[in-house]
Amino acid sequence: MTAWSSFVDTFFNWHVIERYSPAIAKGVVVTIEVAAAVVITGIVLGLALAVVRAFRVLVVNALIVVFVDMFRALPPLVLMLLVYFGLPNIGINLPSFAVLWLVLALVLTAFAEEIFWAGILSIPKGQWEAARSTGLSFVGTLAYIVLPQAIRLTVPPLTNRTIAITKNTSLGTVIGVGEILNQATTAQSFSGNATPLMMGAIAYVVLFIPVVVLGRVLESRFAWRRV
Amino acid sequence: MEAIVQQFFNVAIMAQALPLVVAGLRQTIVICLIVIPLGLAGGLAVALISLSRLRAVRWAAIAAIDFFRSIPPLVLLIFIYAGLPFAGIRPSPLAAVAIAFLLNTSSYYGEIYRAGIESVGLGQWDAARSTGLRAAQTLAYVVLPQAVRNVLPDLVSNTVEVVKLTSIASVVALPELLYSADMARSVTFNSSPIVLAAAIYLAMLWPVVRLISRLERRIAT
Repeated sequence: MTAWSSFVDTFFNWHVIERYSPAIAKGVVVTIEVAAAVVITGIVLGLALAVVRAFRVLVVNALIVVFVDMFRALPPLVLMLLVYFGLPNIGINLPSFAVLWLVLALVLTAFAEEIFWAGILSIPKGQWEAARSTGLSFVGTLAYIVLPQAIRLTVPPLTNRTIAITKNTSLGTVIGVGEILNQATTAQSFSGNATPLMMGAIAYVVLFIPVVVLGRVLESRFAWRRV
Repeated sequence: MEAIVQQFFNVAIMAQALPLVVAGLRQTIVICLIVIPLGLAGGLAVALISLSRLRAVRWAAIAAIDFFRSIPPLVLLIFIYAGLPFAGIRPSPLAAVAIAFLLNTSSYYGEIYRAGIESVGLGQWDAARSTGLRAAQTLAYVVLPQAVRNVLPDLVSNTVEVVKLTSIASVVALPELLYSADMARSVTFNSSPIVLAAAIYLAMLWPVVRLISRLERRIAT
């Protein structure tokens, strides 16, 4: 066998591809499900926390800062092992899918809060004062004047951060969530062939290249609004 | 309440696990000392290539950056560690981690450097060249110092991400901080060693995260 054909046989083996495509496809579905759940809960909670922070209640803000800092400083895999192996011992049993979702959603919440808050802070004071002087309430000013401008500013950094955290769904394989990487490594050990790993990597590229490119486009489109 | 303390904050078990966890911490620091300089150097190379005057080179660099940014680092690591042996290449866990991190973090650092270099006005190049500096000198003495200053928060924040990412080395059985803590957990059936590891990560990274928040705010205003 030539080197080329043995390479193809090992990494692009047609029989293996045929046999394990359904498993990888199942993994793709799980990855998309977790990713969608994480993105929605993470961004909504992050925005909610940033809005709460805008009311500037000292104790509440201190708690938010501690939460945000902790989830920015801790590796998600550490949090995942802590929740997955720790909670059952105190009587809380969560399926591994829920653990992955919970941990990544909280991590995204922390990063999103920080980004939204930076956006709110970047709106000049004059905007607040002008809006309040027209008779708008504090909440009205926040909702109709400040947030629409702030959210615009947050689009590029938030997109990039969201992509990075969504890719962490692959960590779910460690606790047995049947996402792409998990399906690929299982298929690899059953088939004794590296093709499933290649399929998994390709599945991720196909899934994420569009969002990565979108992030790049958003970055240049919104660049002129940068303060 | 007592169950929570027993399960997560058991001082006796933490004390027992401490030597193992400290050995893991040492390994984590070794990994960081390898992968951070590699990523910073690789990123600079990637940035310079992606700013090439040749369009084909530029596009190839950007395609490579986006390719490696769309593959999760754990997938890359497992591909290198478990896939390459099929091609007859058997990297050690540390070598696999170093290669995977080089490919992944160079892309991220590269994008940051590129933004930094682009933020320095073209007039700076012209002025430096007209004083007789060569292109390489202009880059090293005039452009890069300003570029790095402009993107310092992003560089630091990416470095925090790299340090956090070293925890995935545990998946290929490299005995770093998380791996050691998880070993202790599986022996004691108690999560306190992982809480100990988390506390160590926090002690290392919390000050840096605070610093980033302050750096970002100073630039915003």
